Amino acid sequence: MTAADAPAARVPLGTRLHILGRMLGIQASWNYEVLVGTGIGFAVEPGLRLLPGGRGGAAYRAALARQSQYFNAHPYTAAVAVGALVRAELDGEAPARIERFRTALCGPLGSVGDRLVWAAWLPFCSAAGLLAFGLGAPPLVTVGGFLLLYNAGHVALRTWGLHVGLERGLKVASALGHPVLRQGPQWIGQAAALVGGAALPLALARAIGPGRTLLGGVLVAVVAAAVLFARLHGRVEAWKAALVLLAVFAVVSILR
Amino acid sequence: MPAFPLDALGGFALLPFAALGALLGLDVVSFPQAMLSRPLVAATLAGALAGRPGAGLLAGAVLELFALETLPVGASRYPEWGSASVVGGALYAAQPDGAAGGLVLSVLAALVTAYVGGASMVVLRRLNGQLARAHLERLATGSNRSVVGLQLAGAAADLLRGFMLTVVALGASQPLVAFGRAGWGTDTRLSRAVVVGLAATVAGAAVWKLFHAVPRARWLFVGGIAAGLLAMQALP
Repeated sequence: MTAADAPAARVPLGTRLHILGRMLGIQASWNYEVLVGTGIGFAVEPGLRLLPGGRGGAAYRAALARQSQYFNAHPYTAAVAVGALVRAELDGEAPARIERFRTALCGPLGSVGDRLVWAAWLPFCSAAGLLAFGLGAPPLVTVGGFLLLYNAGHVALRTWGLHVGLERGLKVASALGHPVLRQGPQWIGQAAALVGGAALPLALARAIGPGRTLLGGVLVAVVAAAVLFARLHGRVEAWKAALVLLAVFAVVSILR
Repeated sequence: MPAFPLDALGGFALLPFAALGALLGLDVVSFPQAMLSRPLVAATLAGALAGRPGAGLLAGAVLELFALETLPVGASRYPEWGSASVVGGALYAAQPDGAAGGLVLSVLAALVTAYVGGASMVVLRRLNGQLARAHLERLATGSNRSVVGLQLAGAAADLLRGFMLTVVALGASQPLVAFGRAGWGTDTRLSRAVVVGLAATVAGAAVWKLFHAVPRARWLFVGGIAAGLLAMQALP
């Protein structure tokens, strides 16, 4: 074991689990003032108890004050920051260096998490759930399968992030070059496109019920309207437009 | 699992659904973000609570198609699907099989709830901000009590937000859905096709927007549709 590894090794398993548990609530006080800043303080706090003087000591209070300031990141990839910041505090890094590091970490962790999780993993899992529904899976299988699949990735990402942060401390930036983080959105995006494509007609068929003629007509209309919305490039939020159309349809159906 | 019929016990019947709406509303942002709040899950759980998980799943699948467009990216404003899906799933599960307009009205109520729920999250974030501002001095001294207090206050307020939202949305929607169903004049299957078609349109456009720039994703999407159509022929 190298000297650089020692502080990470000092963080006992119980403390790591405590930090992981707290990270599940990292956004509980999310706000437009400090964003997820208080949540970072909340998550790193169990690790800061290992500082000289223990809980409530001068080092502990100074570190907790630093870590509860403004911070922005994706809630899952924030685990990388949490681990790295605990390690930096335990290593006794200079406060100014820690604050610079915190500032530098915000952007990359936010964009990596958004691209990997919100724009790739979640849509993929959602499409897989809809595919299961379309194939006729019962409620327990559809819902259970979706939750197991999604949270396998979710928990793995948080656990890996905390581990790599604790291992590398202020040198954690290199971990953001991990192939899963760099190439993952593309691989998962390709899978989501395939699964999403297969899920759409199958989910439509199960939700509408038997009757090929009606289903065929709906499919053609869906493709035409989806192309129209896609070509609007976000100028119209499709779900809001659909909400208005649905409300009009309901009123007409009630009044006729 | 005991079923809680939504229309049998008056106002008290709302409470189990409101508790579920509160818990699943909490999952959207505050805790634990395990996607229990996704419509596919939340509406099915509400349907199960009402004694009809299959009906909840159907409403959930339709809402999930809508939800594909609105991803919870950063500080952007997005609909709150957790509590809203409980409302949609519970309303749909409370209706008899094949009720005319049932799916349209339940989904409509859920979409409006999701919109209002999204606005309520913005209000909550502002309140959290005011609370954080009031504690800045104590936070600057490294007060663990302030840190924990702010997290717990935020979570509790979010739980209350989801509870109130579900109670109000279900309480307001129930009579409206009953009124709408009583006067519904469009064929049941056509009604269902309209709402499912709109949902699939939103989902199709969303998937295309998300992945059209990814190499080979366009062809994979088209290939997926073809595979889905082939699988449809094979399914009973």
